[in-house]
Amino acid sequence: MFLKKYIQDIWGAVKSLATGMKRTGYYFTHHKEIITQQYPDNRDTLVLPERFKGEVVMIHDENNEHACTGCTACELACPNATIKIITKFDVDAETGKKKKAIDTFVYHLELCTMCNLCVEACPTGAIKMAQTFEHSVFDRSQLTKTLNKPGSKIRAGVE
Amino acid sequence: MWSLSNIAANIDLWLNEQVGATWAVVLEMVIAGVAVIGLFATLGLVLVIMERKVSAWMQIRLGPNRVGPKGMFQSLADTLKLLVKEGMTPGGADKLLFNVAPFVAMIVAMLLLAPLAFAKDFQLWDLNIGVLYISAVSSISVISILMAGWASNNKYSLLGAMRSGAQIVSYELSAGLAVLAIVVLTGSLRISDIIQAQENGWWLFKGHIPAIIAFIIFIIAVTAETNRAPFDMAEAESELTAGFHTEYSGMKFALFFLAEYANVFIVCAIGATLFLGGWMPFHIGNWTAFNGVMDWIPSSIWFFGKTFALIFLIMWFRWTFPRLRIDQLLNLEWKYLLPISMFNLLLVTLIAIMGWHF
Ligand code: SF4
Ligand code: SF4
Repeated sequence: MFLKKYIQDIWGAVKSLATGMKRTGYYFTHHKEIITQQYPDNRDTLVLPERFKGEVVMIHDENNEHACTGCTACELACPNATIKIITKFDVDAETGKKKKAIDTFVYHLELCTMCNLCVEACPTGAIKMAQTFEHSVFDRSQLTKTLNKPGSKIRAGVE
Repeated sequence: MWSLSNIAANIDLWLNEQVGATWAVVLEMVIAGVAVIGLFATLGLVLVIMERKVSAWMQIRLGPNRVGPKGMFQSLADTLKLLVKEGMTPGGADKLLFNVAPFVAMIVAMLLLAPLAFAKDFQLWDLNIGVLYISAVSSISVISILMAGWASNNKYSLLGAMRSGAQIVSYELSAGLAVLAIVVLTGSLRISDIIQAQENGWWLFKGHIPAIIAFIIFIIAVTAETNRAPFDMAEAESELTAGFHTEYSGMKFALFFLAEYANVFIVCAIGATLFLGGWMPFHIGNWTAFNGVMDWIPSSIWFFGKTFALIFLIMWFRWTFPRLRIDQLLNLEWKYLLPISMFNLLLVTLIAIMGWHF
């Protein structure tokens, strides 16, 4: 029994090693699989992987409406205080009721680690990660951005 | 016909005519020394760019592609950089040992070249205990690593050196037993005899399954002996920064680097000599036409072709397998490789005694 297990161990090891070598051997002979982007050279034809994360943006539709309710869930989820939500109160014209709404979505790009936690936390899917990555500027203050566009308002029906 | 042995014979003849027998020997030694250094320098350049390209393609990258056509001069540029860098010696280091260690590593590699047959009748020193000489001298290489690690006065270097000591001492055993299998089959320790015995077929094919097992064990053991991944415990850059050569810079570091590649070349050359027939062309039974074509290819090309095929295999290992932990490493040797190679040696002996090999 001991001998059987011993030989099985060896067989399993050889098999798994061979599987790995088959994979790298495949990559070695199939250069079309190469994923390197020669960035500044192919700036116009750059292909970024789908999951690449460049910065957080807020989704606006054609009527300049977004889905952010100002709930601050993203601010709480952020591990390094990148997001600051400043809220205001909208007064409903008909009923006269007050309603909490977003005033300014402050985003400190210089602090963001692109961890995606804020996007996961958002209950209405108002923000997403964009693929832009050429963020260098000469002054750090330019990295502090307001994500909700001026004059934008919450889309009707989003609670 | 043009061949390396012809050139060597002509040089020998010419020197004997010009300067007399004694000076001819001295001059030939100098020429051999320069040739060895030249070989190492070219090997370093070629193997480094080869490794970088192989690793890049295996990891779906492009690899170096800026210096020269397709990045082929990258290693030249690197050498230039290393040449002009300052070789520092850390304050608390043992100055003498620290500075001597890289040279010991290089000298061991150079000594190992002596008994290798690069082509038909082209060998520096065909001594009658060639295989014994190789296994004896190659075990000195651990001393240079221990020296470097100890003299650096750095905990990472020392740890790397200690690991490397444990590793080389253990893997020497199974490498030795794998080599012994071929010695048993041939009945001689002389390299030229071993190559001659493979005239009608390489030992890898003639020796049945035990020879193949011995070959696999040999390849695993020499990968470990040259401290290459997956056995690069001595360097382990993610754990020990750079292991035994953490404190080295400039040309002294380059010597260690070069010695690593020289050692890879040498062990692959030994593997090619013992198992794949050295410079012997590939022959199949009595297909005279096929064998004639194979004979037409120069023997040096056969030797370097086989060696580079093995080097590629070892690089393939390096860029596929993850590094072993030190206890797994020793388990692999003492619980698997050593018992198997001992049993295998018995089998080979049986085959040799009964004359079952072809
Ligand atoms: S991606 Fe991470 S770090 Fe950046 S804003 Fe969102 S939660 Fe904060
Ligand atoms: S972006 Fe999403 S999580 Fe953040 S305040 Fe707006 S609705 Fe809430």
